[in-house]
Amino acid sequence: MLETYIPIGIMIFFGVTFGVVMSKASEWFGPKNPTETKLSTYESGMEPVRSAHERVSVKYYMVAMLFIIFDIEVVFLYPWAVNFRQLGTFGLVEMVIFIAILMLGYLYLWKKGALRWD
Amino acid sequence: MDFLGSELLAIAPVLSVTILSLLVLVVESLVTDSEKISYWVSVFGLLICGAISISTLDLTGNVFNHMVNVGGYGSLFATLFTTAALLTVVLSRDYLRKEHVSFGEFYLLILFSTVGMMLMAAAADLIIIFLGLELMSICLYVLAGFMRKRSISNEAALKYFLLGAFATGFLLFGIALLYGAAGTTNISYIVENYGKLAASPLFWVGLGLLMVGFAFKVGGVPFHMWIPDVYQGSPTTVSGFMATGAKAAAFSAFILVFAHQEFESGEKVHTALAFIAAASMIVGNIVAISQSNVKRMLAYSSIAHAGYMLAGLAAGNQLGRTGILFYLVTYTFMNIGAFGVLSVLEREEEKNLTFDDYAGLGTKRPFLAALMSIFMLSLAGIPPFAGFFGKYYVFVAAINAHLTWLVIVGVLTSVISVYYYLRLVMMMYFQESELQFTQPSSVSSLAVLTIAALAVVEIGVFPSSILSLINNLY
Repeated sequence: MLETYIPIGIMIFFGVTFGVVMSKASEWFGPKNPTETKLSTYESGMEPVRSAHERVSVKYYMVAMLFIIFDIEVVFLYPWAVNFRQLGTFGLVEMVIFIAILMLGYLYLWKKGALRWD
Repeated sequence: MDFLGSELLAIAPVLSVTILSLLVLVVESLVTDSEKISYWVSVFGLLICGAISISTLDLTGNVFNHMVNVGGYGSLFATLFTTAALLTVVLSRDYLRKEHVSFGEFYLLILFSTVGMMLMAAAADLIIIFLGLELMSICLYVLAGFMRKRSISNEAALKYFLLGAFATGFLLFGIALLYGAAGTTNISYIVENYGKLAASPLFWVGLGLLMVGFAFKVGGVPFHMWIPDVYQGSPTTVSGFMATGAKAAAFSAFILVFAHQEFESGEKVHTALAFIAAASMIVGNIVAISQSNVKRMLAYSSIAHAGYMLAGLAAGNQLGRTGILFYLVTYTFMNIGAFGVLSVLEREEEKNLTFDDYAGLGTKRPFLAALMSIFMLSLAGIPPFAGFFGKYYVFVAAINAHLTWLVIVGVLTSVISVYYYLRLVMMMYFQESELQFTQPSSVSSLAVLTIAALAVVEIGVFPSSILSLINNLY
């Protein structure tokens, strides 16, 4: 049974080796010429201000969480849309129930002010 | 469409609580000062959901491509969970007001976790067990930290979340390995093909990991470390809900996967369960002796009770299954009752929680003291209260399965447990103190506690009513 895993083992071996060799090789063989500008944080061409290790307002996490919820909704919608004809009324009803439940959650967080930025 | 309608009707208990939770969600979003309305909607809704669960007791079969079982076992548990949720909701209202955290979301979270519990008990597939477990656990993590300004509550939530997530990992990995061994996650298929699968080590590793995951959720030693801290830190009524509803849900899934005649020939499964049971009884009961905080004592006692129930599971026979179900029903009433009395007497900043604070309660609050005594005597397993018969059936099952050593451990540790249960009773009646219990308790809380106490006495005096209900399931 274990023999069947040999190809996977070989692939893992080559994958890891390739990654490590490539990154280390460029580190060892590449020219190094550090200047102050090169070592500074990249902030899309702007002058970096303050440290990056700061507390971030919880509002950003809120938006991120909301994004994930509606993102996943779309992930569910795609296969349904592709198979819409085969699933027919059954699929439509199921999807309406699903979206309705999601919308109730949306209503809740909207009314509780989770979307308000200030 | 027809086909969908009948399937949805078949899972009416789960569906009704889901709809109820969504209703409370809408109330929470649209109504100002929603806590009161949420409370009443939850109470009446749970009554209706309980009635629906009872009405589906006689159904059989499974729906959604062998994913969910209908009626019988699942409905009995659904009734139990709605009862536990109802008692918790009613007891919580006063408690939350007292602690200045009365938000309607509390009831919402209780309802959602009830949905998860019901799914677990109705599962015919490991994936549904996982789904229910997660739904239940995530709500309980939030509930554990509901008093967010109290650091001990935050600690409880964080510990519960981290350890719970870790245990869920074990469970999920076990399911994955079982899928690898059997090619399906269907429970009945796995049980039927036990003889064929037992040859594969993958199957045993998967089953073992599954056992670890469930043992964590029921709080069996050595997977019990989280229980004392989480139960002590959580809001008292939530601790009661976790100790009864969540434990019963974990046991319902445990029984679904492990309590089968087919496993008996294997011996391995039942020996492992017997050792977990013995360890839980010993550790739970002995450590409970040294506790000075009543809430923490009840947490250790809940570990010990998980041990008694695991003894029924280790027996692996018909009587064992009946015994656990009976035990769970009685345990729900007596433990929610005990935590309920605690929540009524508790003061802000965790006051009135130690054994010493209960001194003289018998003269100052005779009714509450009497109720607490009933719950304590029942937990200790003294007849005629229900706790005695729970232990009796579980131990008889273990003897029939030739686990006499386990029963000896069980009986000896129950004797030990009498010490700390009766210590509280002794404190209430034979000690004097100048502490005052002035704050009156509300009628609804007292009514619910009285109902729980009556149930404990009723089941203890007439155990056959519940027994015949359970026996009809198999």
